[in-house]
Amino acid sequence: MTAVEADLAAGFAATIAAGDRIEPRDWMPEGYRRTVVRQVAQHAHSEIIGMQPEGAWITRAPSLRRKAILLAKVQDEAGHGLYLYSACETLGVSRQDLTEQLISGAQKYSSIFNYPTLSYADVGTIGWLVDGAAICNQVPLCRTSYGPYGRAMIRICKEESFHQRQGFELLATMMRGTDEQRAMVQESVDRFWRPALMMFGPPDADSPNTQQSMEWGIKRHTNDELRARFIEMTAPQAAALGVTLPGNDLDWDEFWRVVKGGGPCATERIAHRKQAHDDGAWVREAATAFAAREPREPQEPRGAAR
Amino acid sequence: MTRSEWPLYEVFVRSKRGLNHVHVGSLHAPDDALALRHARDVYTRRSEGVSIWVVRSDAITASSPDEKDPLFAPSGDKVYRHPTFYDIPDDVPHM
Repeated sequence: MTAVEADLAAGFAATIAAGDRIEPRDWMPEGYRRTVVRQVAQHAHSEIIGMQPEGAWITRAPSLRRKAILLAKVQDEAGHGLYLYSACETLGVSRQDLTEQLISGAQKYSSIFNYPTLSYADVGTIGWLVDGAAICNQVPLCRTSYGPYGRAMIRICKEESFHQRQGFELLATMMRGTDEQRAMVQESVDRFWRPALMMFGPPDADSPNTQQSMEWGIKRHTNDELRARFIEMTAPQAAALGVTLPGNDLDWDEFWRVVKGGGPCATERIAHRKQAHDDGAWVREAATAFAAREPREPQEPRGAAR
Repeated sequence: MTRSEWPLYEVFVRSKRGLNHVHVGSLHAPDDALALRHARDVYTRRSEGVSIWVVRSDAITASSPDEKDPLFAPSGDKVYRHPTFYDIPDDVPHM
């Protein structure tokens, strides 16, 4: 390390120690940049892939009200993905590379989205438990050390609350319905509870990146801390709803299998994303050609930015 | 497939009358008009804004990221520019 690099490294360490944010053009260790890129990309991909399990139910929503809510929610997931891709790109990664690494499997997304949505109750359960777990994970990330990531998380957290509440309300409505509907809710909760707990990642002892990420202020709590907090927060909600939460015993072999693309829907999720991207190619090309056309038609004066 | 991407735009939103436009993030768009449309969809889904600016990221000139940059040094030693530099007796009102 040269004297200049040592000086830069000391400046970086001082910024982190002071609890200040690292901004895109600041010097940062290569490992820090790589870790933030990996985490933010994985987070962005999760939002984008996360549109699929619920999006599948838009055409089969039981009422116009539920359809409008679900459309808004899925649109939010797209928006969240875009905020995060935008944050990730500040570190010099291109959007196209990110999309390609998702499709090739080089970058991961949350294992939860490799589980199927078998009934409309799953839309409620995903909102309540999956988005609930996401909120638990994301609120501390509003204070993450990388500025653009933290700012994206603040926007996301503001919107995520709607996601959880609509899910809880959907389930509460079904719980006030028939025995069959109540059974649907319980069955859905039984399927999603353990996968939702696994969203916090492997146990601390098996989470190789956690310690360094916490030293760098990228993560603020360990996986197990957040998981315990979520279980504690959810118990009274389950009681209010009248559902029983299954046990907290987790099969980590299953977790690793699903993370590595072994989940019931993994192949389908990536194939769908790839097809959507490929199907959009002509739109991207046409818009690019339109923007590049010569001579440019006179533009309506829009005035200076004031 | 072409490797070229749509250019990056920075997005600024005025949340309500009387406030400045604030940077909220970025997005890709083929041209200015579509950048504005995308910005509306991505950054103002809940009436977060009454006005949006978009500007191509490569059109922005930025100062050095280091806060100790000599660019800002001239203001560092001019404490007399701050009102607290001046001692005013406690019994002098409205100042």
